[in-house]
Amino acid sequence: MEWIEADTTATVSLWINGEPHSLSIDPRVTLLDALREHLHLTGTKKGCDHGQCGACTVLVNGRRINSCLSLAMAHQGDQVLTIEGVGSPASLHPLQAAFVEHDGFQCGYCTPGQICSAIGMLGEVRDGWPSHVTDDLDHAAGLDGHEVRERMSGNICRCSAYPNIVRAILSCADTDTGELA
Amino acid sequence: MIAFDYARVDTVDAAREAQRDRPEARFIAGGTNLLDLMKVDVERPRHVIDISALPLRTVEEADDGGLRIGALVTNADVAAHPLIRSRYPVLSRALLSGATGQLRNKATTAGNLLQRTRCYFFYDTASACNKRQPGSGCDAIGGFNRIMAVLGTSDHCIASHPSDMAVAMRVLDATVETVDSAGGTRTRTLEQLYRLPGNTPHLDNQLEPGELITAVRLPAPLHGRHLYRKVRDRASYAFALVSVGGVVSVQSGRIASAAFAFGGVGAMPWRNREMEAHLIGQTPSAALFAEAADILLADARGHGANDFKIPLLRRTLIACLTELTEGA
Repeated sequence: MEWIEADTTATVSLWINGEPHSLSIDPRVTLLDALREHLHLTGTKKGCDHGQCGACTVLVNGRRINSCLSLAMAHQGDQVLTIEGVGSPASLHPLQAAFVEHDGFQCGYCTPGQICSAIGMLGEVRDGWPSHVTDDLDHAAGLDGHEVRERMSGNICRCSAYPNIVRAILSCADTDTGELA
Repeated sequence: MIAFDYARVDTVDAAREAQRDRPEARFIAGGTNLLDLMKVDVERPRHVIDISALPLRTVEEADDGGLRIGALVTNADVAAHPLIRSRYPVLSRALLSGATGQLRNKATTAGNLLQRTRCYFFYDTASACNKRQPGSGCDAIGGFNRIMAVLGTSDHCIASHPSDMAVAMRVLDATVETVDSAGGTRTRTLEQLYRLPGNTPHLDNQLEPGELITAVRLPAPLHGRHLYRKVRDRASYAFALVSVGGVVSVQSGRIASAAFAFGGVGAMPWRNREMEAHLIGQTPSAALFAEAADILLADARGHGANDFKIPLLRRTLIACLTELTEGA
């Protein structure tokens, strides 16, 4: 056990979008700031910085989290997937294509978080996790608009593109989008 | 956020060693509450011990028919665990009603228990708050206090405990296992874990400095219908104004067992055993449920903007009692 003294930096090594990275950072640096300010992966957005808006959502070891509420130091050895690793303009992830097709955004600021969150959420559904609106805890069934709204309540869209976000996600509900997560 | 010393540990022994080394250190696990409070300078730890890598992430079946939930099992994993869903549905339901998918994936069982109040004045360092700054006063008393507690408060603090999970755990008689920096272990009920504000509202619980929660134990399941009903301002991602967790069994037309706890209304997750005893052996009826509500609310006290919680809790309890006994 070693203490990293205040106001000094230390190294954390983690995997971002399949690539190994080592960062020398102050222990205060959040995973969000490590991505944006240190690795210049600015696809992940800072909205509220308090876990309320979901713009900073990334996948860590396959599960969606708010990267703003996590110290980067705590992610030693973890696998982080950001929007840059989800797809590219030449090769859109099915959810990205669906957001385009269904007009699931206006300003687009929340969209990377919405897409990463939706990838994680579809994985949770595949794993049979129930939600607050699931009737039978023992037999979590399929996805509908009601379920999507509940499960995506951690992602705020200030343009209020919600109806089309729900349509875009539902259009992918039967597609296997789990390979990247 | 002020600068802090940081140590990441991967065994409980190493956590204890780090804590002995810097006794004022705070443990951080999921970080969803502590880091948030550090960003707004409400929490200002000089030393932080990162316990997120400790091997406390399993749910095990215990010899007494119950479950032992590791302190670091996430809220999402507890809610989705097949044995929790089938044997302790009130706990799954409570967890699923709280926070968001992202937060539940990060927040831990022990962290959820120890999360701090969401009182607006506690969060605002420009306000008076005896919980944040002992002796500074309470701007919630006489101020905008819509979300504050009506049970167990004091003249020094009227903050409500925000957890849904802890309400279900009080229903289930969960106990909390800890280890201290000298290696001593203790087990507490939630009633013994938490403390009422009195004139020391800055102390949320009875843990000694450096004492680390290692697990939460659930006794053998309670038979009967399980229910968690949460009343809030939004349909999702909002703290409870009032919540009721209950497990009731009815045999031959009479209430055979009843366990209830309440969220959003108390300075700690609230339980009233006198109310439960009044229900046992009785035939369910509107009159009986009204008497139960009278017992629960006998000492309830509103502070203006939160006066509505008293009739809201009464109606929510009666609705839950009705649902839990109807046709049983």
